[in-house]
Amino acid sequence: MIPEIGHFALILALGLATLQTLLPMYGIWRSRADCLAVAAPAAIGQFVMMGIAFVALGFAFYANDFSVAYVAANSNTQLPWFYRLSAIWGAHEGSLLLWMMLLAGWSLAVALASRTLPRDVASCVLAVMGAVSVGFLLFTLFTSNPFERQFPAPMEGRDLNPLLQDPGLVVHPPMLYMGYVGFAVAFAFAITALITGRVDSAWTRWTRPWTTAAWMFLTIGVTLGSWWAYKELGWGGWWFWDPVENASFMPWLVGTALIHSLAVTEKRGIFKSWTVLLAITAFALSLLGTFLVRSGVLISVHAFATDPTRGIYILTFFAVVVGGSLLLYALRAAQFEAGREPVAALSREGLLLLNNIFLVVAAAGVLLGTLYPILADSLGMGRISVGPPYFNKVFIPLTAPLVVLIGAAAVMAWKRTRADVLRSRLWLPLIISIVAGVALPLFTVGTTAVAAVAGCVLGCWAIVTAFEDIVRRSRGRRVMLPRNVVGMAIAHAGVGIFVIGISLVSGFGGEHDVRLAPGQSTEMVGYEFTFVGTRHVDGPNFVAEIGDFIVREDGRQIAELYPSKRRYNAGGQSMTEAGIDVGVTRDLYVSLGEPLSGDAWSVRIYHRPFVRWIWAGGFISALGGLIALTDKRYRRRRATADKPVATDRGLTTATA
Amino acid sequence: MRWRLVLPILIVFALIVLLGYGLTRRPDILPSAFIDKPAPAFDLPTLASDQERITVDDLKGRVTLVNVWASWCVACRAEHELITAVSRRTGVPVVGLNYKDTEANAKRWLGRYGNPFAVVAFDPTGATGIDWGVSAVPETFVVDAEGIIRYKVVGPITREEMNASLIPKLEQLKAKGS
Repeated sequence: MIPEIGHFALILALGLATLQTLLPMYGIWRSRADCLAVAAPAAIGQFVMMGIAFVALGFAFYANDFSVAYVAANSNTQLPWFYRLSAIWGAHEGSLLLWMMLLAGWSLAVALASRTLPRDVASCVLAVMGAVSVGFLLFTLFTSNPFERQFPAPMEGRDLNPLLQDPGLVVHPPMLYMGYVGFAVAFAFAITALITGRVDSAWTRWTRPWTTAAWMFLTIGVTLGSWWAYKELGWGGWWFWDPVENASFMPWLVGTALIHSLAVTEKRGIFKSWTVLLAITAFALSLLGTFLVRSGVLISVHAFATDPTRGIYILTFFAVVVGGSLLLYALRAAQFEAGREPVAALSREGLLLLNNIFLVVAAAGVLLGTLYPILADSLGMGRISVGPPYFNKVFIPLTAPLVVLIGAAAVMAWKRTRADVLRSRLWLPLIISIVAGVALPLFTVGTTAVAAVAGCVLGCWAIVTAFEDIVRRSRGRRVMLPRNVVGMAIAHAGVGIFVIGISLVSGFGGEHDVRLAPGQSTEMVGYEFTFVGTRHVDGPNFVAEIGDFIVREDGRQIAELYPSKRRYNAGGQSMTEAGIDVGVTRDLYVSLGEPLSGDAWSVRIYHRPFVRWIWAGGFISALGGLIALTDKRYRRRRATADKPVATDRGLTTATA
Repeated sequence: MRWRLVLPILIVFALIVLLGYGLTRRPDILPSAFIDKPAPAFDLPTLASDQERITVDDLKGRVTLVNVWASWCVACRAEHELITAVSRRTGVPVVGLNYKDTEANAKRWLGRYGNPFAVVAFDPTGATGIDWGVSAVPETFVVDAEGIIRYKVVGPITREEMNASLIPKLEQLKAKGS
């Protein structure tokens, strides 16, 4: 019964989403206020229906209702309850449901916040989001219904993929999807701008917080994904340039570019059509990611069960949404290009233009590498996967200049900055960065390798300049700095921390594979690892051999590590859980290989300097986004909302 | 209409055509200039030790499967299980050709996923791969007892392909040889 309620709620959600799309569009076309007014209640109703469907599927998982085919395929009575619930998004159908649930959530947020927006803008935004919902609901109902029953119901489910039985998976997909779907809001604002013909400072002020929010979630999602890969894939690596990782990274790159170009559009009233294009692109890449993961055109460790009809549907949907938007763009964006004005190279907008170019080219490079197997195949060269050598070669030269730019970001003024001002403010941070950047690798991992030093200098540069800006601005101020300034500085410092992390972890980690019998020890970079033995443990849905390791430094015990090898009862798959001693300057990582003769095991030991900094940097950047979101400016618009929308003329004349 | 504004839609159109094409393709068997030709000569160290070497002559005497793989190749992870299955079912030994990889990464990969290979030739520069006409990783060659390449799969093998063509081909060659 409950699954049927869920199915029915999905159908009702489809009806409401259709209303949410068609009536407001008609209202805009005919200037009918009554039709415009439908958008917000329809969005709220759609959210309620999606919520019911989501809870229904959750209940089916909780109650082990194996007559639901999706539950039977992805759950098991032995699975702990929290993994049974996170199994909702463990495979294709349920993750689509999560996608739509979050989209409905964002629509709800827009509907509730829309009282401060002009009615036609709010309704148009909701209509566009409704259209996206309609597409996904049709897709779900026709090709991927999670509530499909199977009879006779199996006695036991097939279990959740063991790779996904990790606390990281409980939060990683929701965060990632919040980010993906969040760009739907920026996308809807962009389409609204094209329809209504208004890209003014009011438009950017509304679009910015939504974009920042989506970006923040995506940052957290990508960072968690990397962390999860490190822990669960057992390689000690943190990024694999896998097609699915790339699928989440491309919208992030373009979304980052969008945040920066929105700032220019708001402050200077330029780059308008470019900003609109970026908003469309960020969402298009989110959709493309959905296509790549689910269509089976590329092979990936993450790919969902593939089905060509799904691929065709998503591709068609992608063509309609993105093709339609870009057609609209081609027809209507010319109006945003009133008068060219030169952008000074030494100005904040000039810097942000450069930032945008690097980010977009980097995203294009990742896209090319990701699609290369298909491209090569279509040119008759066979399916070549390019792999990390390509990505590292293309990506690092494109992103290193970005970090250089970060340092100048705070110092540059809009319109024009004198070179001597730059020099007078940047020489001290530069010297500090060079000293710190040379000292850091030398005293921690003991290297003067050019790549590590260059990376650390860049990273320190981003951090030091961010601090310099905050310190200089707060000097002599009694009130708090604006939150968006603080947020920017923190996000930039996060990038610096991240850069230091990757510079020191790549190439300086020690690793080796050894055969260890109980009682034997091995030594690596000053740490002595003693293998005490293994013991057998029965988990809730697996049996495990848990190794017991003692790590000593200078004869003093500093950690006990328990790497394990699990064998899951339902599917019989083996999984490696690494034992990791976490530290600020290094991780010690022990993972069990295969049992060898006697009680000996093959054991892999890694020393990963500064690996935590990679994720710390990601989370700190996301925190910067959060702080920027709480800026007073975005809340103040409540008071001005009822005033007519300011025209753009004021801005353009001021800058002419 | 300015061309700059039309450019995005043209790019996306090209992308959609490309992806549509990608959908129609499964990693397929491509005809190869190498089929029915002797396997190109090579002389490489094995992954297990620097002293031992493996040459093209080691392929002769029985039917072998040569699988080109690399630890950085995601598709290789996907077909790994099937390579193991083919070898187990037919009893044909699999010679790995580790392509443009590092020794540490390759060993780690084998340690993690299991080693389906009778022996792995280590080709860090990719020179042998070029001689063998490797355009994509993974690639799988069927070499008969005379050292002639009889069949080739570009890209990861799929379960259907394994059952429908690869295993029958191996059985047929084995029967002919004995």
